[in-house]
Amino acid sequence: MTAERIVYMDHSATTATDPEVVTVMIPWFSQGYGNPSSLYRIARESKKAVEEARNQVATALGAQPDEIYFTSGGTESDNWAIKGIAFANRKKGNHIITSAIEHHAVLHTCEYLEKQGFSITYLPVDDTGQVRIEDLKAAITDQTILVTIMFANNEIGTIEPITEIGKVCREHGVYFHTDAVQAIGNVPIDVSAMQIDLLSLSAHKFYGPKGIGALYIRKGVRIDNLLHGGGQERRKRAGTENIAGIVGLGFAIGRAVSGMDERNKRVAALRDRLLAEILETIPNTRLNGHPKERLPGNLNVSFDFIEGESMLLLLDHFGICASTGSACTSGSLEPSHVLLATGLPAETAHGSLRLTLGAENTDDDVDYVIEHLRKVVVRLREMSPLYADHKKRSCNV
Amino acid sequence: MYSEKVMDHFMNPRNQGEISEADGVGEVGNPTCGDIMRIFLTVKDNIITDVKFQTFGCGAAVASSSMATELIKGKTLEEAWEVSNKAVAEALEGLPPIKMHCSVLAEEGIHQAINDYRVKHGLEPWEEKNPHSHDHHGHEDETCS
Ligand SMILES: Cc1ncc(COP(=O)(O)O)c(C=O)c1O
Ligand code: FES
Repeated sequence: MTAERIVYMDHSATTATDPEVVTVMIPWFSQGYGNPSSLYRIARESKKAVEEARNQVATALGAQPDEIYFTSGGTESDNWAIKGIAFANRKKGNHIITSAIEHHAVLHTCEYLEKQGFSITYLPVDDTGQVRIEDLKAAITDQTILVTIMFANNEIGTIEPITEIGKVCREHGVYFHTDAVQAIGNVPIDVSAMQIDLLSLSAHKFYGPKGIGALYIRKGVRIDNLLHGGGQERRKRAGTENIAGIVGLGFAIGRAVSGMDERNKRVAALRDRLLAEILETIPNTRLNGHPKERLPGNLNVSFDFIEGESMLLLLDHFGICASTGSACTSGSLEPSHVLLATGLPAETAHGSLRLTLGAENTDDDVDYVIEHLRKVVVRLREMSPLYADHKKRSCNV
Repeated sequence: MYSEKVMDHFMNPRNQGEISEADGVGEVGNPTCGDIMRIFLTVKDNIITDVKFQTFGCGAAVASSSMATELIKGKTLEEAWEVSNKAVAEALEGLPPIKMHCSVLAEEGIHQAINDYRVKHGLEPWEEKNPHSHDHHGHEDETCS
């Protein structure tokens, strides 16, 4: 019997668009449809709406409005930041530093640049998922033009030492880009205090619509365009503006930042209870990531002796939405590059489960997940030859 | 992504468990790759009278184990040897291409269990006709084998 109930704990994958965000977007489809580049009144209204959203984004980041450029999302922002800096500054140097745990939007962009003759350093992380400042300092050479390190990791939720990284980069005169897609609305951000030169964000991770994002580019940064075409976004990002999306992004980021403290307290309390009960009631389980420096809604745990995809299938049967770092879901050879980078053995990474809580989760959801997760783990362990061996081992001692 | 049959065998696995005094045991896979399958056989007069499996792996791996054990139960060892991974996948109404290797595991597990039985009875192990290189996810130079 499939449960009717849905408990969504995959907020790092995406969030439901807040109905109030949808409400502010609606007028910008069939009524305020004017192209902001045109001259007449309805076009000027669109233009005004875009500029208001730009102000909202700038305010949320501690930036100036003319440092905000709208894009199609996190992937485009990451691609633009990295390729744009690389191509505009290749006379100065060909070296880029990133980390081993970046999102594929960053990693695959760096791999592409490697093929174009750039040299990339992938900084390792410690067992909590943080890069070490000494490693960063040691990696910077006179050829280094860019450091790109994520604000917070999407799988294990670890928050990176961004202020320290910003300081080192500024001291060395190297541009610093951060993929803050997971951090917006979860961690206070101030691009000038943190000495961030470029920052990527994406609306669908903070209850805004999908397919819209922004790149913050500090004034004076040398960067090439990624998209060539019309003169939109002050000639830096061509393409007719997604006005409704931009309006939704602006409204959503305002709410995400203004309600941050209250929401984070509540979500982190739910997450902490969920974690405590998992560790207490399910043996042979470990927390992945950082014990403290992590996103408020992120929980990543590994269950010994079982595999992640089968866990997800059974959880889905009970209406629980989660994700895993197991290779069996991705169709790739290796389990999550992030979990492996933290030193987790492959078989432990296969048994990982990511639950990311968000604004609409309740105590009741936590109870429901605990109840069913316990059953799921028991059921899969009963089936597992690794667990059978484990039981025999513990009986023999 | 999975057929109803796969989901049925995953949700209600047949022949899951262990035979403590098994006549033949096969184990294939590697925990590093995320899959291990163990097959237990009881053999009477050359016929598989009982079979059980234990599997650590994805939904397709569990469903393949379950289906494979159903397909060989009551069969002679010769008949069971001929049950291919394709037959298992077909009986499951198909598997996604990236999941075919999970059914290979089932075929190999059965072969190992049968050969374990043969060796224990002083018989020559049968040779794999087309040995699969256990090419987990289709890579060549892998550490999992
Ligand atoms: C850290 C990180 N960067 C980039 C992205 C890509 O963002 P988008 O889906 O908006 O392209 C995501 C989301 O999947 C992410 O979590
Ligand atoms: S066991 Fe890994 S994909 Fe099937």
